[in-house]
Amino acid sequence: MTNQEKYNKAFMTALEITEGQLSGLKYQEIEAWDSVGHMGLVAALEDAFDIMMDTDDIIDLSSYEKGMEILSREEYGIVF
Amino acid sequence: MGLLEHKVCLVTGAGRGIGAETVRKFAEEGAAVYGTARTEGTLDARFAELAGQYHTPVVPLYFDVTDEAAAKRAVMQIRKEQGRLDVLVNNAGIMQDNVIGMIGYDLMRAVFDVNVFAVISMTQLAVKLMGRQGSGSVINLSSIVGLDGAAGQAVYSASKGAVAALTKAASKELSPKGIRVNAVAPGLIDTDLLRVIGEKRIEENLSHVRMGRLGRPEDVAGVITFLASDMSGYVTGKIIGVDGDFQV
Repeated sequence: MTNQEKYNKAFMTALEITEGQLSGLKYQEIEAWDSVGHMGLVAALEDAFDIMMDTDDIIDLSSYEKGMEILSREEYGIVF
Repeated sequence: MGLLEHKVCLVTGAGRGIGAETVRKFAEEGAAVYGTARTEGTLDARFAELAGQYHTPVVPLYFDVTDEAAAKRAVMQIRKEQGRLDVLVNNAGIMQDNVIGMIGYDLMRAVFDVNVFAVISMTQLAVKLMGRQGSGSVINLSSIVGLDGAAGQAVYSASKGAVAALTKAASKELSPKGIRVNAVAPGLIDTDLLRVIGEKRIEENLSHVRMGRLGRPEDVAGVITFLASDMSGYVTGKIIGVDGDFQV
């Protein structure tokens, strides 16, 4: 599975959404991505990539695209 | 079988006093124990001795609890080595103070950085692992002065009062995830931390302890062990005094 597929799967599983809903998706835009759903999403991403996200990055994870930007940083080193 | 068999525990401030005794007690009860200290190498000999004595992993971790990145690396190490974390004891703390009118911001920040902010940070990290397991026990070190206050200890008392409030708030938020959060509130415990206030004040205060003696680190470690174990599986959000009936 590619990193992009892992990333998408984490979103789809944690938020119970389809692949078609991913692009442009923003925090609190859908009911499932509330503060509780956010922590579930973070856990799913951490499990998928075997990482532990910094608190500031968890707070900063405001959209589907922003998440890829964060995880692409040197600290996490995930290539999409 | 020990009370903590198959449990993975992390104790901050494990170099001496209550933290050191808690590590020993946890190991005695069969837990795999990780203990922290700031200074590299200071735990090595004692932990190796405990590991040999109790035939369980007793692992030193060296970092400052106010260093969030280092704390994260430590929790990651536990996750990689053990795959889980069952118990966090937020024991690391400092006691510095001054009389009202002479309390500077540097003092306030130093005390709150270790006694409060690091406790929140460590709890957040531990809960990442505990939440996935659907179980865990976080045990915070408050203090009798955090509940009742003490003259000349406004900052320390405030920090330990914050720990008590944090304990109650976190327990409410985390109980649906199966994570318990409790605190112990020690009174006069015979540790290096207590000696900071001076022998004269210790003697004065001792006259207000109805049991007539200083507490021992093992008195506190015993209650912490109870809170870490499944014997307290239905206990959360509680601040348990360990003070020999001390009237502050």
